[in-house]
Amino acid sequence: MSVVDHTKELSVVEGKPALRSLDDLISKPLETKPDKKFFIALSITLSMMGLFVIGLGLTFWYGVGMWGNNNPVGWAFDIVNFVFWVGIGHAGTLISAILFLFRQKWRTGIARFAEGMTIFAVMTALLFPLIHVGRPWLDGWLMPYPNQHGLWVNFTSPLLWDVFAVSTYFIVSLIFWYVGLIPDFATLRERTSTKIKKAVYSTFSLGWRFSNRHWQHYEMVYLILAGFATPLVLSVHTIVSFDFAVSILPGWHTTIFPPYFVAGAVFSGFAMVQNVLIFVRKIFNYEHIITLDTLEKMNKIMLVTGSMVGYAYAMEFFIAWYSGVQPEQFTFLNRAFGPYAWAYWIMVSCNVITPQLFWFKKIRRSIPIMFVVAVFVNVGMWFERFVIVVTSLSRDYLPSSWAYYTPTYVDFMILIGSFGFFFTWILLFTKALPVVSIAEVKAVVDDAQPSHKGH
Amino acid sequence: MSEKILYSYTGIFDTPDEIIHAAEKASEYGFKNYDVHTPYPLHGMNKAMKLPPSKLGYVALVVGLSGALAALLLMFWMSAVDYPIVIGGKPFFSFPAYVPVMFEVTVLSASIATVLTMLFIFFKLPNNAHPLNDTLYMKKVSSDKYGISIQAEDNKFNEADVRRFLEDCDAKEITAVYYDKEEINYKHKILEPKFIGFLLFTALLTSGVTYFTLNKLLYMPPFDWMMEQNKLNPQATSTVFDDGFGMRKPVEGTIARGFTPYSFSGQPEAAEVNLVNPLPVSKSVLELGQQKYDTFCSPCHGYYGEGDSRLRGQFPNPPSLHSEKIRTWKDGRIFHVITDGQNIMPSYSSQLTVNEIWAIVHYTRVLQRALNAKESDLQ
Ligand code: HEC
Repeated sequence: MSVVDHTKELSVVEGKPALRSLDDLISKPLETKPDKKFFIALSITLSMMGLFVIGLGLTFWYGVGMWGNNNPVGWAFDIVNFVFWVGIGHAGTLISAILFLFRQKWRTGIARFAEGMTIFAVMTALLFPLIHVGRPWLDGWLMPYPNQHGLWVNFTSPLLWDVFAVSTYFIVSLIFWYVGLIPDFATLRERTSTKIKKAVYSTFSLGWRFSNRHWQHYEMVYLILAGFATPLVLSVHTIVSFDFAVSILPGWHTTIFPPYFVAGAVFSGFAMVQNVLIFVRKIFNYEHIITLDTLEKMNKIMLVTGSMVGYAYAMEFFIAWYSGVQPEQFTFLNRAFGPYAWAYWIMVSCNVITPQLFWFKKIRRSIPIMFVVAVFVNVGMWFERFVIVVTSLSRDYLPSSWAYYTPTYVDFMILIGSFGFFFTWILLFTKALPVVSIAEVKAVVDDAQPSHKGH
Repeated sequence: MSEKILYSYTGIFDTPDEIIHAAEKASEYGFKNYDVHTPYPLHGMNKAMKLPPSKLGYVALVVGLSGALAALLLMFWMSAVDYPIVIGGKPFFSFPAYVPVMFEVTVLSASIATVLTMLFIFFKLPNNAHPLNDTLYMKKVSSDKYGISIQAEDNKFNEADVRRFLEDCDAKEITAVYYDKEEINYKHKILEPKFIGFLLFTALLTSGVTYFTLNKLLYMPPFDWMMEQNKLNPQATSTVFDDGFGMRKPVEGTIARGFTPYSFSGQPEAAEVNLVNPLPVSKSVLELGQQKYDTFCSPCHGYYGEGDSRLRGQFPNPPSLHSEKIRTWKDGRIFHVITDGQNIMPSYSSQLTVNEIWAIVHYTRVLQRALNAKESDLQ
């Protein structure tokens, strides 16, 4: 064990399991009845979702006045949560598309799950701008369509770009996910014996028959989708950051925002994926598919992106000072030492200091510690968005309008509820679809590919 | 019963190396209509089968570029031609601002088009009725075996030869696959009662939901365009004040901006003598008078001043304004009645400005003249 042959790629799937045993293992959660633990977990997330429903109901009935938002802090929890959840989604696309283009085989074990998380996170995120507009039943107005007012949307607004970016992101992620699921649906179709399941799987597998003449195009399309998803995922958080950067508010009006936001998104997304996968691999016995090596690699990515985020924090301060613009300088001093200093220092300690623990191999490979670190990262990244949105607004150019923002109980109901919404989907996903891509994992088992000997 | 129609001969292999060999042999042998089935894509199989590279990239390219162009043209038309609005002092056609949306539309259209083309045009899916589906062969190649299938429609196909070929490749479980009679002869029954019932149900549901939304839902709070608001509308009652009126009179002893105190209160005769209508009789004055009269006087006195109140007995009917008495009154006297009130008719001095009152006075003269025209009017 101590001697590692660095000339050989490590096995992605440990122990060279038989291909059929992978089928059995991955489809087991779909073929067995959910156990008690599942129902306990589901009842917790559903209760949280109940809070969500009540919070949203109050908001719809009485209006957004139920939230703490008020002049000058017109954007608060709603936008913070939106940016947070979109960010969570980014890890999935990074794993499924960018790592695919870089031929990182270790992604296969976690790609399906991470993509699923992308979709659920984007669904959660999409809710926030939709309720933020106040009268969500008029959200159709966000799309340019011929209407009786003869009006069109404003194509020069970053908020409109956001509508396009996030909805495109959602649709493309969903397509990517479904294309990946087709062969797995076909495998399940061949396995199942119940009539209803067979009908469902047949429908969704579209009669896929594992033909190599199909695989050939399939792989091409997968490559094309990955090629599109890569710039897409970068564009989405870039455009989210434009919502801020294109304005003239000190603390928002910075050119560093796009890369800084993307790094932060990947950072928080990996933390969330890692947190959830730790449970999944334990509960479903996937330790040899989602290996400790994979988790370690994810921790390394968190270390890199965490350091990038830390660099961005420092650079913001530097630029504020270097620009010589007084309001900018004030904003940043105010962030660190003003009324919201508590939020700022939570953010710095969770995002910059904690991930530095991942320099140590022992910590990178210790499941309890990495779990805790990733939880801290998620807390920190939520506060990052809070700091950016709220501190900048609460003290802008006009001191007479300064005010301290405090969220209301409805804000908290919706925040907690959004987690309930997200995790309810995750739980249902683990019981309804294969959480690991069967076809992809088989392809990376040792000796699953021809040796091309005798050529 | 007619004989079964042969689709193909299939053989199974255990290892990836074997199937690659078999595929190479099949293409060397000259088979065209054969296929290899593997649970996951195998490296090198496309080369072994001598498949040309996939052309799907072109679909992505063409649709993506058209998407970008369409987005650009539409945005140009919407914001520079159809409804130009100046935003932030920028030109109507601000190309840099269109780049994000163009990019998103490119990605969206190309992704959707490529996937749909692959599934429905290249693969002709959904196709659950394919002869290979629902076979033991498919069960195996979907899990951990690798299979080859040589189709009967191939020019070089000949049952004995193909069987020998597969045996030469060391294939296991060589079996013939036949078309499924039922699936070939299956016809969709559009007029099935279940299907018609389904159509009816959907039609009823959609029309019901649409009717409910447009005629009921949009008139209920909170969907009612903010009809219901926490404010008092004109004439509404209020629990805040003792008298229950929502509309308030000026506080006693105060004068609102633009109003002057009335000096002939309680002295109608003096008013008649001293006050003279300062307004000329012009079209705009009469129009103002008509508007104010219809608003403030017509509920009691009627639109033509005939005392035909619209209050349906909730208030004593006032006298006609066409009486001899009022026709001979000077303008100042009518002004006095409006400003000071008379018996149960309330004063309108807090709701109408002096000029508006004089305009109403002119208008009452118009009404009177219309019923009792002078002889000279007829000429
Ligand atoms: C609330 C109902 C009401 C409204 C509104 C009203 N009036 Fe009267 N008006 C009366 C009543 C009742 C009388 C009779 C008073 C009386 O008994 O002397 C009257 C009397 C008059 C008279 C005197 C008639 C007479 O024979 O002595 C004139 C002139 C007159 N109104 C003009 C107006 C004008 C002009 C307006 C619009 C600014 C107006 N009124 C609005 C109810 C109303």
